[in-house]
Amino acid sequence: MSVLLEVKGLTMDFGGLRAVDSVGLEVRQGEIVALIGPNGAGKTTFFNCVTGIYTPTGGDVLVHPPGKKTRRINGLKPNVITTTGMARTFQNIRLFPNMTVLENVMIGRHCRTTTNIIGAVLRGKRTRAQERETIEKSYRLLEKVGLAELAGEFANNLPYGAQRRLEIARAMATDPFLLLLDEPAAGMNPQETHELDALIVRIRNEGNMSILLIEHDMKLVMNISDRIYVMEYGKEIAKGTPQEIRNNPKVIEAYLGEEVHA
Amino acid sequence: MDWAYFVELLCSGLVRGSIYALIALGYTMVYGIIQLINFAHGEIYMIGAFVALIVSGALTIYGFSGVSILVLAALIAAVYAAAYGITLERIAYRPLRGAPRLSPLISAIGASLFLQNYVLLAQTPDFLPFPALIPDFEFMEPIAHIVGSPELVILVVTTLTMIGLTVLIKHTKIGKAMRATQQDMIMARLTGVNVDRVISVTFVIGSVLAAIGGVLVGSYIGQINFYIGFMVGVKAFTAAVLGGIGNIPGAVIGALVLGLTEAFAAGYVSSAYEDVFAFGLLVLILIVRPAGILGKAVKQKV
Repeated sequence: MSVLLEVKGLTMDFGGLRAVDSVGLEVRQGEIVALIGPNGAGKTTFFNCVTGIYTPTGGDVLVHPPGKKTRRINGLKPNVITTTGMARTFQNIRLFPNMTVLENVMIGRHCRTTTNIIGAVLRGKRTRAQERETIEKSYRLLEKVGLAELAGEFANNLPYGAQRRLEIARAMATDPFLLLLDEPAAGMNPQETHELDALIVRIRNEGNMSILLIEHDMKLVMNISDRIYVMEYGKEIAKGTPQEIRNNPKVIEAYLGEEVHA
Repeated sequence: MDWAYFVELLCSGLVRGSIYALIALGYTMVYGIIQLINFAHGEIYMIGAFVALIVSGALTIYGFSGVSILVLAALIAAVYAAAYGITLERIAYRPLRGAPRLSPLISAIGASLFLQNYVLLAQTPDFLPFPALIPDFEFMEPIAHIVGSPELVILVVTTLTMIGLTVLIKHTKIGKAMRATQQDMIMARLTGVNVDRVISVTFVIGSVLAAIGGVLVGSYIGQINFYIGFMVGVKAFTAAVLGGIGNIPGAVIGALVLGLTEAFAAGYVSSAYEDVFAFGLLVLILIVRPAGILGKAVKQKV
């Protein structure tokens, strides 16, 4: 299996605080990889470095898009990184609240179409064809996440679980080979979480996408992950299969604390 | 009550209001996207008027006439203004994108002063006569004492422009990208929107609208100088705040309210007091609705 994302020695400092301390990580084609750790371990900071919101202080973030040249993406703008084929969702939902469900997904599609402002004003044949295609593809994505009937609704009127799924659909609209999900199950009830875990597996199997996720819901993580990385205080403390992680004493300590401190 | 007089004031108020709206849209769109009050926007309007003056002079020499001059002058003025708008953003605002909010504001005031003085030096400090580019239509003759042809053209052009803008923002790709950027800039970037280009396009649209306003007003009032952008800029900014800054329909409503207030104040009280009424209205509305007529109170993230 070819490696898609390769992070080597990633370090991020905020003033004197080292939020991420030379963390390495790999995601291979077709994998679901989880990044777990206690609150404040630096997981989201790690995501922010990989997706271009922060420029990392040190280390390398390399992407190997299937069939294309390897690129080092440290410090590139987020929209450029998105175009290389990585898309993400946020821990706290960040939809475009005053746009419809369909428009939210269409925004994601737009980085794959070529119309410019002149085309938009003239509305030639190609522009209209592209726009139709964008709408069709967006609908198909909404069907995939079960939101097609709500396409005309404003995003902020959706129930919580649906907003989360819409975020995933919007990220998928950018045609990524790797989807980064930041706590997709946060705030969901057990039923919604169960549906989500089925959805993530389905995206991997049908959508030809690999997935890297941050998650606190251990049941979901253990269920669907192929491999797990564990962070604590900005450092990577363990990696391995769900089975290995479950029995790793360091991980248990990180989560439950040492007895001396208890 | 003298109804003809009332209708005349109403029309003059709508004309003023729609001109303010053209310019207020530029303020409000830029503010909506990068939370910057572009104080140099009035100067773009002034430059639009100057370019139109020069172009129409040249075209007259080459034997063009009437409406063709108006259209060509407006087109060229729009292109020039767009170039100024983009350059302004590149030089004065983009380098300060991450800076505290006061810095680009000061930069905007600096840019405004620079452009004023540049035109003052390059052209003249005196008022220049602006040719009446809008012809008198025959079919307007019966009501010409109430609504003249220039007024009609201004109303029609501004209405069409605003419809065009609405369609652009509601239904096109760039319009969606603009709305997305306005609602969440970082997320827009993460969904692949080239935010820098969206900002440039916003400046282009604002500048084109301002230039159209400049041409129409120049031709309507009949004279321009380097300083005309200042007062119109302040008024349009007032209109944008009145309607709720950052809100596009709000800018149009605010501008019409402002224009009508001024016209009626000038007509029924005294034209010496029209500014008092305009700004008094601003103060009143901000006391009652601090976010403006259509503005929503912004929740500040802590």
